[in-house]
Amino acid sequence: MAEYETHDYDVIVSGAGGAGLRAAIEAKSRGLRTALICKSLLGKAHTVMAEGGIAAAMGNVYPEDNWQVHFRDTMRGGKMLNNWRMAQLHAQEAPERVQELEAWGALFDRTADGRILQRDFGGHRYARLAHVGDRTGLEMIRTLQQRAVALDVAVFMECKILRLLSDADGVISGAVGYWRATGDMVVFSAKAVVLATGGVGKSWKYTSNSWECTGDGHAMALWAGADLIDMECVQFHPTGMVWPLSVRGILVTEGVRGDGGVLRNAEGRRFMFDYVADMFREETADSEEEADRWYADHSAGRRPPELLPRDEVARAINTEVKAGRGSPHGGVFLDIASRRSPEYIRRRLPSMYHQFMELAGVDITAEPMEVGPTCHYMMGGVRVDAETGAATVPGLFVCGEAAGGMHGSNRLGGNSLSDLLVFGYRAGMGASDYAEGRTGTPAPNQAEIEHTVAEALAPFERDDGENPYELHHRLQDTMQDLVGIIRTGDELDQALERLDELVFLAGKVKVTGGRAYNPAWNLATDLPAMLTVSRCVTLGARDRRESRGGHTREDYPNADPEFGKVNLVQRQPSGGGMAEEIKIGPEPIPEMPPELAALFEEGH
Amino acid sequence: MAAEVVMRVWRGDSSGGAFAEYRLPAQEGEVVLDVVHRIQATQAGDLACRWNCKAGKCGSCSAEINGTPRLMCMTRMDQLPEGPVTVAPMRTFPIIRDLVTDVSFNFEVAKQVPPFAPPPRPEGGYRMAQVDIERGQEFCKCIECFMCQDVCHVIRDHEENKAHYAGPRFFIRFAELEMHPLDTNDRRELLRQREGLGLCNITKCCTEVCPEHIKITDNAIIPLKERVVDAAYDPVAWLGRTILRRRKASPNEAAAHGR
Repeated sequence: MAEYETHDYDVIVSGAGGAGLRAAIEAKSRGLRTALICKSLLGKAHTVMAEGGIAAAMGNVYPEDNWQVHFRDTMRGGKMLNNWRMAQLHAQEAPERVQELEAWGALFDRTADGRILQRDFGGHRYARLAHVGDRTGLEMIRTLQQRAVALDVAVFMECKILRLLSDADGVISGAVGYWRATGDMVVFSAKAVVLATGGVGKSWKYTSNSWECTGDGHAMALWAGADLIDMECVQFHPTGMVWPLSVRGILVTEGVRGDGGVLRNAEGRRFMFDYVADMFREETADSEEEADRWYADHSAGRRPPELLPRDEVARAINTEVKAGRGSPHGGVFLDIASRRSPEYIRRRLPSMYHQFMELAGVDITAEPMEVGPTCHYMMGGVRVDAETGAATVPGLFVCGEAAGGMHGSNRLGGNSLSDLLVFGYRAGMGASDYAEGRTGTPAPNQAEIEHTVAEALAPFERDDGENPYELHHRLQDTMQDLVGIIRTGDELDQALERLDELVFLAGKVKVTGGRAYNPAWNLATDLPAMLTVSRCVTLGARDRRESRGGHTREDYPNADPEFGKVNLVQRQPSGGGMAEEIKIGPEPIPEMPPELAALFEEGH
Repeated sequence: MAAEVVMRVWRGDSSGGAFAEYRLPAQEGEVVLDVVHRIQATQAGDLACRWNCKAGKCGSCSAEINGTPRLMCMTRMDQLPEGPVTVAPMRTFPIIRDLVTDVSFNFEVAKQVPPFAPPPRPEGGYRMAQVDIERGQEFCKCIECFMCQDVCHVIRDHEENKAHYAGPRFFIRFAELEMHPLDTNDRRELLRQREGLGLCNITKCCTEVCPEHIKITDNAIIPLKERVVDAAYDPVAWLGRTILRRRKASPNEAAAHGR
């Protein structure tokens, strides 16, 4: 018999980034017994790294902005693969969610008349991002954290959830995990579970993501019988640091380009003018003069091509580097020094200034930055109901990066923080409604608990076995080399073979030392989720034989209208686990109602 | 660049410990956290340390590097003096294991801070001038690395003070709220009686270690002390309050308000 402590709540939320905090606040405000569980200390989740802002059509800078324009930008940015209803709710509700943050104490930068200032970002027609310099994520997580503390939400810090638990009827009824400080096991029973576990970037070698982004929620939902969609759609942010090697991948905010920064190759050419896709040609400037007029007045010229959606910019940089026109360390140059005053740069981009000064010895007010694509965001995720965040298994709700559909095949910058707020709130409501309506006491399956605990502790029992760090590095090399920004069928097949081998080896991991705060063991327990998600990404990438948004196939370079009508859905029908079979197949995306479809016709 | 780096990392738990030495080949551009990660991957898989973002934004990887509190992710190896580098956990907090300390003290203090209490939101949203929020924005840069708490000698060598002292991190939080143009809560008596603002003797150690370069002492603690003193001891203010019968909020009332 496994030893563990037990806790009982109405709603448990796994993950304490923006989405998890917002969901927990909602459930607690409704009077439900609510627990928030996170792998790190409270306030350290990956949301804290978000820089640019929260996209919300408040119209404070451009009164002509409204939810329809934001909706249209979002759908076009996602190459129309988005769940239209999620994109609509997101565009309609983001302004209220931002105002709410302000009422909870957030201090956004202001317009001259005292309202919330909004900044330009890629793919957004109008200046739309509510922000605080380049540290918006910090302001958001701190505000939500303080709100959750004021409401007395129960917080379980440094507690890793291993698996969801269901009852005899297959209804999600809790979760099992362990305290990192002691290694002691803990079981939660709950009437509803919200997963807000964030991204998956730690499967790649060069990523902007923090150590926590191991796809726990994606994997746990799949193992528990939920559907995942569009897992091949991974965003490579165009501008990560490339040097020094030890900081390669750390994010350089899109705000640099929104505030006037431009991309140049080794020849000094503003190469983005050479990469404007037909879909965006009409609204993009065709000369540097026109582009430069736009920053001060959006009616004086069309948008600079540096502010195309992220997938377009990342591919362009990749092409320039491959063609031999890259910077000394394999990126391109991002130049704001020659275009804005040092005072302006330090005021608008203080953390970028410090990041480059302290980590790379580069003064961005005097010299250009070297940047290149870095694995940044998972558009795919758990298939959810737009209104409530309900997954396809009862009792489970998912929000934030762990949920799929909202961003289609490519997310616009700024739409992530707003996604966390809008759908964190909705999943909190959905889970609360479900918990209130659920009768009886949740009874998690005992055998699932025993099995999970035994599996988690197995690495201590082995006399000999694999080093978890070594396996993690091999996984990162595999995904970086074979399932990166540009993919081909042959390489994806190779990746699947290597992943099978890594899954086999991950079943033989050995760790030494005790259970108390043992990072090797913590990593060993993250590996099953990372490997599961990596398999899903690779399977999706193999089967989506087209290029769309964050998914680019060298052997199928164009978008295929038929693939544009389907989500690739993955599930594990015969048992959940990293080594179990994954079924994948196309299913039609929800059809947009005519009044919304009309927004995409000529003249809009 | 030397061919080898020598790291002396404190290993142990609440029952005691010692520095362990690790030797690794040097690599260009590395920060202390990179070297700790390489030690974990190749020599000591169970070496415990906290980290998240590795970009100076989350404040998880605080440690005492060559005796000074710093973020491991923002401390470049090539900017430290030649010779062995010592890495020890923050001393003010109880050890969990190796470089990881029990910082729950800070999360307990956070619960004592009476929340932001704005007036009802007007139609079209609140209006605030940029100039009026800039000081608050300075304090909001705090990444909760708790190094200011670590270095504050009111609690660094005086465990007994923790029961009635909030520490620099929370003084800037109080200052942020007190200086918020929309806030209606009064936390001055709470600061004086329960949070021990008077114990700070403004040596500015906190300001020196702040990785966000927040002027904790000058811009938060000293103005708060002035406000508290004005409220509690100024005879003119006392007379005014008495005549106008305006009563100060008690700490408990302040804590309850806005919940």
